Amino acid sequence: MGEETITLNVTRYRPGEDRAPRTQAYSVPYRKDWVVLDALNHIKDQIDGTLSYRWSCRMGVCGSCGMMVNGVPKLTCAAFLRDYHGQEIRVEPLVNFPIIRDLVIDMNDFMDKLKSVKSWLVRKVEKPVTEGEYRQTPAELEAFHQFTQCINCMLCYAACPVYGLEPEFLGPAAIALAYRYNMDSRDQGRDLRREVLGTHHGVWECTFVGECSEVCPKHVDPAAAIQRTKVDLAKDWFKSVLLPWGTR
Amino acid sequence: MGDKMNGTAVRPDKSKLYYPKMPRTWWLQKPAYLLFMLRELSSVFIAIFLIVFLVQIYQLTKGPDAYAAFVQKLSSPGWILFHIATLLFALLHSVTWFQSTAVVMPLKLGEHEMPRKLVFALNIGAWVAVSAVILILFLAFRG
Repeated sequence: MGEETITLNVTRYRPGEDRAPRTQAYSVPYRKDWVVLDALNHIKDQIDGTLSYRWSCRMGVCGSCGMMVNGVPKLTCAAFLRDYHGQEIRVEPLVNFPIIRDLVIDMNDFMDKLKSVKSWLVRKVEKPVTEGEYRQTPAELEAFHQFTQCINCMLCYAACPVYGLEPEFLGPAAIALAYRYNMDSRDQGRDLRREVLGTHHGVWECTFVGECSEVCPKHVDPAAAIQRTKVDLAKDWFKSVLLPWGTR
Repeated sequence: MGDKMNGTAVRPDKSKLYYPKMPRTWWLQKPAYLLFMLRELSSVFIAIFLIVFLVQIYQLTKGPDAYAAFVQKLSSPGWILFHIATLLFALLHSVTWFQSTAVVMPLKLGEHEMPRKLVFALNIGAWVAVSAVILILFLAFRG
């Protein structure tokens, strides 16, 4: 008796040659301890070296191997073949992004958005190193810790129909990371981030579908970050109207 | 290597990219998307209900006969179906609203965030209690 196999239907797209993506079926050995990424590596090594896809760490940390697996955005390093036993597996590039080649998407839009929200600690004046570190209490850390877990895998963008319909939308991960720094007691960049977050294409484009948080492999909960930012921005606006002399 | 080191990433040739289009039926692809669309649609039913309600109040200014005639119109099967649908949409909207409340406005119990299910349960509890008070007042003052 031959080895048990499972079929992967993989999206192929050759830039400059194909007008539209097509699907290619590959039969790979079915192993209980294999994930979809192992199956793709098997195809690349043993069957078809022309297949292109991104991956790196193989352990859910680098955020490179996000793809659509049977229509759901997933890290392929965490999608076990055994969960699809008896079915064929459809592997497609993350939706809502332009396709560069096969399973490789163009992530520049996300990278630009991430930069636009200043996803780093902003200080008005850096204190000299000799004065020591910026200290935080456990409660101050807890206020933003969950949102530091984002690995920029972009599954949330693939799950977000608002981003699919309106590509100008800042999107879940960028806003989650903006919120992460806004909530950090060491940060002073809130006013700068408001200029991006408080626009129509910022948080206000979000209609709270909530699927970003459902697909997040790190339980970052971008939907919560977006809604809380809406509340914060609304509070800021009321303060600016009621207290025009305030500290806006 | 040099051009990659100067801080500007190499960008792919846009003319060679494939831009997938979202199908118009995207909201049928996942139960969660459909539920979201139903939640959005609920506003239409509630808006129509409120307009009808305002017209009903306006009929009071025209005397008891006009009011009775209007209420009579509302008892047609079509309007009853509409009101049942509106009630279901209002329930969907209210329940999802209280689910959202726990996400949007986290409450702290001591140093830690309260579990979302508890916040949801407290909201639902308060909603049921207020509704009961209104119902009791309504029954008491109906005469």
